[in-house]
Order: sequence, then structure tokens, then C-alpha cells
Amino acid sequence: MNSSNDSFEIAGKTYKSRLLVGSGKYKNLEETRLATEASGAEIVTVAIRRSNIGQNPDEPNLLDAIPPEKYTILPNTAGCFTADDAVRTCQLARELLDGHSLVKLEVLGDQKTLYPDVTATLEAAETLIKDGFQVMVYTTDDPLIAKRLEEMGCVAVMPLAAPIGSGLGIRNPHNIRLIVENASVPILVDAGVGTASDAAIAMELGCDGVLMNTAIAAAKDPVLMASAMRKGIEAGREAFLAGRMPKRAYASASSPLDGLST
Amino acid sequence: MVITLNGEEQNIADGATAADLVNSLELTGKRIAMEVNRTIIPRSRYEEHQLTDGDKIEIVHAIGGG
Repeated sequence: MNSSNDSFEIAGKTYKSRLLVGSGKYKNLEETRLATEASGAEIVTVAIRRSNIGQNPDEPNLLDAIPPEKYTILPNTAGCFTADDAVRTCQLARELLDGHSLVKLEVLGDQKTLYPDVTATLEAAETLIKDGFQVMVYTTDDPLIAKRLEEMGCVAVMPLAAPIGSGLGIRNPHNIRLIVENASVPILVDAGVGTASDAAIAMELGCDGVLMNTAIAAAKDPVLMASAMRKGIEAGREAFLAGRMPKRAYASASSPLDGLST
Repeated sequence: MVITLNGEEQNIADGATAADLVNSLELTGKRIAMEVNRTIIPRSRYEEHQLTDGDKIEIVHAIGGG
């Protein structure tokens, strides 16, 4: 298989980059722009918040740094703790982005862990799908719930690797693999990746992609980390496609043992 | 009349439309979305949408997030 034409599809659109990035926590919009560019991402998440009334109307806009003409903008429902709030945020995002219906749904259940509230997530997903949204859904790494969300019509299922912003890496690779094995929509690890090897591990497990924000934005050099993540994703993907060697308990010599000169 | 804009009370001219409000906030042409009493007002309808005393208005935009 040639990895240069390896691509995947979300809601009918083809993407080459399997790295999806968030746009939060950067020092300024210039850093956001540079890191996003270095990541090679084609899908970028944004949050929807109240405009600052009366404060500097000429303040630069996030969407100037990541123009919707260049990137697929993925509005999220971060910070929503009820299904209603999440649905309302998606509806505002659709109006804001001129009818764009691809959204990242997350309904959080707890301030400390930011763990998804799965029952509220299911409820919001159902309402949004009925309302014509294409829902990429953030959820726990529970294989049954992942399948249920797929069956409801979510266009991608995004299990967490570890709590949002924790950088703890893939805590339960077995569950991620189970989810991937059973899925017929793209599975993207969302949240918990800390460094490039974590991204590679997610891809080696067969995930279709990884969504991350803090791992890049909170690195000492975010632009360099964005580039590292891009390579980690590509390396992990190629390793998955290549098919790794079986693990053995004992050595197996790499050089032939015949014809030794002694 | 008094409206609540993003959680803060504001005095605006009687009979103002959504477009008037957006204009007075210097947000005309910006990428925003508006909700009046929890109903989204499409940008194409700002001119005709009459605001009324006591309206609860939310104006949002996109910011960095993951």
C-alpha cells in the first residue's frame, strides 16, 4: 500500500491529514496560525463564546488566523454540561459559520475530570442528528457506547485517551482497539495525548486520526511540537498499514548464523 | 428600552432592530451569531427583526478551543 494516497472520509469529505487540532491555549493568534500550519491539520476545532461587547471592535478574529476557506472549521461544545446547552451551542455555530453542519459534540459531566456525561451526550447527539447536524462525538472509551453512537448516526466517534488536557497518553489501548475493530465510522482519539509517541500509538492501534490541542499549545515550542505530532501521526499510521512483526519472548538473530569465519 | 446583552443590562433606542444593535456595537459584517430570547436570528433577518423591551440577547463568536 502506498501511504502517500492514504486518506479518510468524514461526512462525505476526504481528508489527507489524520491530525486534527484545537485552537485554544495559544499565546496569541500568530502562534495559533503558525502551529496550525506546522501540524498540517485540515480540520481545526473552535469554541463558541460570548463576544466582548464594547472592547476593541478591531481585535483580530480567530477565523482570520484559521480561515474557513482553508480549513474545515469544527465548532465544539466545550464547556457545556447539559444536552440543551450543547444543542444550542451547535445551532449558534451553524448560524455563525453560514449553515456549516459538522460539529464536535461534547457534554461534560464533571469539572475535575472533564469526563463526558455519556447519557447527556446520547441525548444531545439524537437531537442534533434529527436537526440535520453531522456529529463528531467525544465520548468515553467504552466500546458499547461508541457503537451505540455510531448506530445513532454520528459521523465519527472520538473516545478519550485520558482526561482532556492531562497529557497522560493512551491509558487503555485495549479499549481503543476494541472500538476500532467494531467500528464502521472513523474513530479518532480525542483528548489525553501528551507527546508525539502517544499520537503514534493511537495510530498504530488503527485509529483513523487523533484530535489534540493542549499537547501542542502547552509545549515549550508549540510550532515545533505541531510538526512532531504531524510526523508521529504519519509514522504511527504507516506502521499500522505496514503491520508490525509479532512479539517474541526470546531473541531471533538479525544476522545469519551460518558462515561465521571462526 | 432596556435589554440584556450577554448578561448585562443595556439601554437602547425604542424601536431598534437587531441590525441597529449590531451596528452600534461596531460588529456589522463580523462573524457573529445572535440569539434573542433563546431563538437564533439569522443574519439575513437583522434588518427586519424588531427588538423589544426586556429582550435577552446573546451575541457569540468563535474563539480558540479544543
